[in-house]
Amino acid sequence: MSAANSATSGASKPASTREKPANKAEAVADWADGRLGIYSLAKANLRKIFPDHWSFMLGEICLYTFIIIILTGVYLTLFFNPSMGEVVYHGSYAPLNGIRMSEAYASTMDISFDVRGGLLIRQIHHWAAIVFVAAMLVHMMRVFFTGAFRKPREVNWIFGFLLLFLGMFDGFMGYSLPDDLLSGTGIRFMEGAILAVPLVGTYLQFFLFGGEFPGTDIIPRFFTIHILLIPGVMVGLLVAHLILVFYHKHTQWAGPGKTEKNVVGMPLMPVYMAKAGGFFFLVFGIISAMAAIATVNPIWAYGPYRPDQVSTDAQPDWYMGFSEGLIRIMPGWEIRAWGHTLNMGVFVPLMIFPLVLAVIAIYPFIESWVSGDKREHHILDRPRNAPVRTGLGAAWISLYLVLLIGGGNDLIATHLHLSINDITYFVRVGFFVVPVITFVITKRWCLGLQRRDRDKVLHGRETGVIKRLPHGEFVEVHAQLPQDKLHKLTAHDQPLPMELPAEVDENGVAAKTGILTKTRAKLSHGFYGEGSQIAKPTAEEHHEITSGHGHH
Amino acid sequence: MKKLSARRRHPLAALVVLLLALAATGGLYAAFAPAEKAQADTAAQSLAIDEGKKLFAVGCSSCHGLNGEGSSDGPSLVGVGSAAVDFQVATGRMPAQQPGAQVPKKKNIYTQHEIDQLAAFVASLGPGPVAPTEKQYTSTNPDDVAAGGELFRTNCAQCHNFAGQGGALTQGKYAPSLEGVDAKHIYEAMQTGPQNMPSFPDTTMPEEQKRQIVAFVRHLDEEPNPGGLTLGSLGPVTEGLFGWIFGLGVLIAVAIWVAAHTTKARKS
Amino acid sequence: MSHDMSEDKLPESHGSAGQHEVATHGDPFADPGLPAHEPRRTDIDERAAKRAERQVSLMFVVSMLATVGFIASYVAIDADKIVYIFPLGHVSALNFALGLTLGVALFCIGAGAVHWARTLMSDHELPAERHPIEADDEVRADVIEQFKTGAAESGFGRRKMIRNTLIGSMALVPLSGVVLLRDLGPLPEKKLQHTGWDLATPEHPLPLVNMNTNKPMKAEDIVVGSLTFAKPEGLEEDDETFQQQIAKDALMLVRIAPENIKDKDSAELGFEGILAYSKICTHVGCPISLYEQQTHHALCPCHQSTFDLADGARVIFGPAGHPLPQLKITTNEEGFLVATGDFAEPVGPSFWERS
Repeated sequence: MSAANSATSGASKPASTREKPANKAEAVADWADGRLGIYSLAKANLRKIFPDHWSFMLGEICLYTFIIIILTGVYLTLFFNPSMGEVVYHGSYAPLNGIRMSEAYASTMDISFDVRGGLLIRQIHHWAAIVFVAAMLVHMMRVFFTGAFRKPREVNWIFGFLLLFLGMFDGFMGYSLPDDLLSGTGIRFMEGAILAVPLVGTYLQFFLFGGEFPGTDIIPRFFTIHILLIPGVMVGLLVAHLILVFYHKHTQWAGPGKTEKNVVGMPLMPVYMAKAGGFFFLVFGIISAMAAIATVNPIWAYGPYRPDQVSTDAQPDWYMGFSEGLIRIMPGWEIRAWGHTLNMGVFVPLMIFPLVLAVIAIYPFIESWVSGDKREHHILDRPRNAPVRTGLGAAWISLYLVLLIGGGNDLIATHLHLSINDITYFVRVGFFVVPVITFVITKRWCLGLQRRDRDKVLHGRETGVIKRLPHGEFVEVHAQLPQDKLHKLTAHDQPLPMELPAEVDENGVAAKTGILTKTRAKLSHGFYGEGSQIAKPTAEEHHEITSGHGHH
Repeated sequence: MKKLSARRRHPLAALVVLLLALAATGGLYAAFAPAEKAQADTAAQSLAIDEGKKLFAVGCSSCHGLNGEGSSDGPSLVGVGSAAVDFQVATGRMPAQQPGAQVPKKKNIYTQHEIDQLAAFVASLGPGPVAPTEKQYTSTNPDDVAAGGELFRTNCAQCHNFAGQGGALTQGKYAPSLEGVDAKHIYEAMQTGPQNMPSFPDTTMPEEQKRQIVAFVRHLDEEPNPGGLTLGSLGPVTEGLFGWIFGLGVLIAVAIWVAAHTTKARKS
Repeated sequence: MSHDMSEDKLPESHGSAGQHEVATHGDPFADPGLPAHEPRRTDIDERAAKRAERQVSLMFVVSMLATVGFIASYVAIDADKIVYIFPLGHVSALNFALGLTLGVALFCIGAGAVHWARTLMSDHELPAERHPIEADDEVRADVIEQFKTGAAESGFGRRKMIRNTLIGSMALVPLSGVVLLRDLGPLPEKKLQHTGWDLATPEHPLPLVNMNTNKPMKAEDIVVGSLTFAKPEGLEEDDETFQQQIAKDALMLVRIAPENIKDKDSAELGFEGILAYSKICTHVGCPISLYEQQTHHALCPCHQSTFDLADGARVIFGPAGHPLPQLKITTNEEGFLVATGDFAEPVGPSFWERS
């Protein structure tokens, strides 16, 4: 501030044409602007408009849980000892008194029982992680079903996907750190999975674990990856993700006054500062309350890890559940030839696992290739107006759910009194069948909703008022929709399927149509052909009906 | 104690221990020289066997045969011992009601006195594990819980889950939950290996270790859950469900409130 | 709530489409434009606004109280105090008190801020212009021109030698980083092919030690239908490499009546019906030990691979690719169960070099 004073009162006065600051705060702001250029930054953003919709806040849940995870994670590192050195426990939890365990486990016990509030922070950290990944998945589905991933947001979609992917793995590493019986079983699984990699598997395993399983290196190494490497990358991606959200401006739903060229909503300052800032506290408060009322990862109950011990209900956290399902339903194939073994029972699921995620990650590029659409899209699609996309998304979710069922087959067996073998057979078949059925049903459902929209536009909404006509017929009175509703229901555009170029060009020479072009045309018909959308009403149709028989 | 274990393999030992068990459950337990007393109680014992045989004929013989020799519907009971009878009948598993992957626990229809008579009869068919006395399954050493936990994780948790909640086996079979199960029955199950559970005989898991395991399982019932709701102690699956339904559910509900437009003031 | 407000302050009720009549004769679906702003109760009734202000402040006050409660709980409640709270059960008093007060303190700040925004801050919806993300053609041409100039000035395209050597050096330099990773761990060599049982030879057999009692076992100790876990003699829990060793050496001993053993080779490896299988699943290495003594099936709790122990631990269900390895056992002169050698094949999950 003294700098500001000297600048305004000193000899250099003529250099600055700026008015005298009205108060201290302005003076500080002026000082900062002189060095950081904050005024131009703020000009673009202080009154930046954000549209209001609950589904636009899912990303905020992700952001806030991530911040909560970092805050609580830093606290936990103050007490956690990522070492696999062995100690005999004599802490305050009597049922483990005199048991041998690693220092990682012992220090987690201390956090849970001796550090005041340690258990709470541990539970906030873990609950926030569970909600974080769940919120990312739901956020991604929101973006998917509304078509918000379309140009210009494809790159941001990829950033988001990478955040989800890294978040899953960071979660896995995180719950592996306490070295309890359950997490050790998870690490053992990872060892087996790495060993199943052909050619280099054993080398990778020995390098990662610093020798044979379990060794004494894996937890310190996971610790560094968990608290530094992955979060570091994630912070970078997150910042890029947010910058792009600001730069692109938020998408919005169709409605009166909303176009592809504007964004309608309320300004960042003050409404969104209060709402979004307040929402952070709401999220933190709710997660804290969760940690107060429900146990998560009771490591004291699992006991310390020993490779010869195991508990049933050995599952990963939910976000790894679908990969667990893949592993559980895979038949036990193994190829042994020329002195080598390929463990298909592990290797195949290991390959399908990233594939399941990759199909959803690359979808925006597939769709833009099929549609050939090069325009920017800022108005969201209602899911029903993109039946094939919605069907594919629903099919993907159904596949994910089927695999989650596979991953929890033992608990489903005991709680629904079913045979674990039957559930596994069901999931094996369901893996192929359920997504197809889901796709068909969802697509038809969307078409049904489109038809209903069409009826509403043309015939108005049902008022519930029954009128008797002079000749005795009873009819329900339909009321014309107001202008804004009519606009909203017809605002979407309906792409036309791509036509194949003529087999023979104008000179009579047979034109070569590549297989790619043919596939693309076929897909395009599948996406936008007759069976995939109900033509929205035209102005003429509307006119005819409203003027013709206006009585209903 | 030394003297007792030295005579463990005496032909009458089974009877003696059984008598001890009877005395204990009747609340008449007193320290007396078993060898001398055994003779005197033979008459009472044969009476119990006779009564047991009658009960057996009514309740058990249709599957296990009149003399416990077994049939296509039920295994031979020769040599299963009184511990097996006490476990199966007192937990209501026997007599079985309907065929299925596994005979479930249900309400017991016999009095302890009748069970003891049945046990005496089955024990008379051939030597087998003897139902334990209260002293055998009651731990007095507070360190037993920790030792029992270690043993539990090695021998039991793979089927019964880390917190004794039970778990799935193949083809609809399951390891039942140990919540609220009588200490005596836990002990007997380890001795005899009911249904598909393997047995853990004294030769590989001595009495003291069984007692420690019982102490740990009993402790599980009483243990507080410091972190809050246990969510069934079933591991990450229920945690995931809770996180989705309660956690994300509430957050989305709040998001709806945050984003909703405030009601407009209008004349109705 | 609503009755203390004078009706005449309220605007007339109207449909949302009525206020902006646009010429829509041509197109019935035309965009009618942004609806007019409608006031909220707090916008027109000062008393309602005051009430909202009090509500917001109340929430902030509750938050302050909760923070005081948090600090008080931290100071006053012992870490090991257990209380009964319905319906949670017996929980840590400290965890519950801290979590709840922290939750309330945070939630109330958030709820207050949101309530403030919803009731008292302007709720005028404003449009903001969007500008295409793509630059216009002029800018595009300009940038491409600049780049071309820069590229030409660098001579990158023209001076091939510089270009190629630069690419070469850039390609090589990351190798240093890769090389540095070499000491992350030793080479696998044959380590996965052997277990601790390879100390056993026919001349110097290695006794099987009961995991529970830490003592060797005699054949008669293992009864039909029982399940016992074993490790090689000499391996102790406080050994430095105990975890690595037990991860491979752990054994599961069962006894099956000889007439029920379907695989004769397997019976040969055993001793009078006592069969010693590796406890480590051949799928991914979970300690498989859910033994059903009537069916002789062993199930893995992790991925449900099921092995028939009466049939040489053949895989009958699940993702495991090959049977559990079986250890050849016999008894020594004192009658104790012993192993006379290592497993015939590697234990645990399969790997590329496994033949």
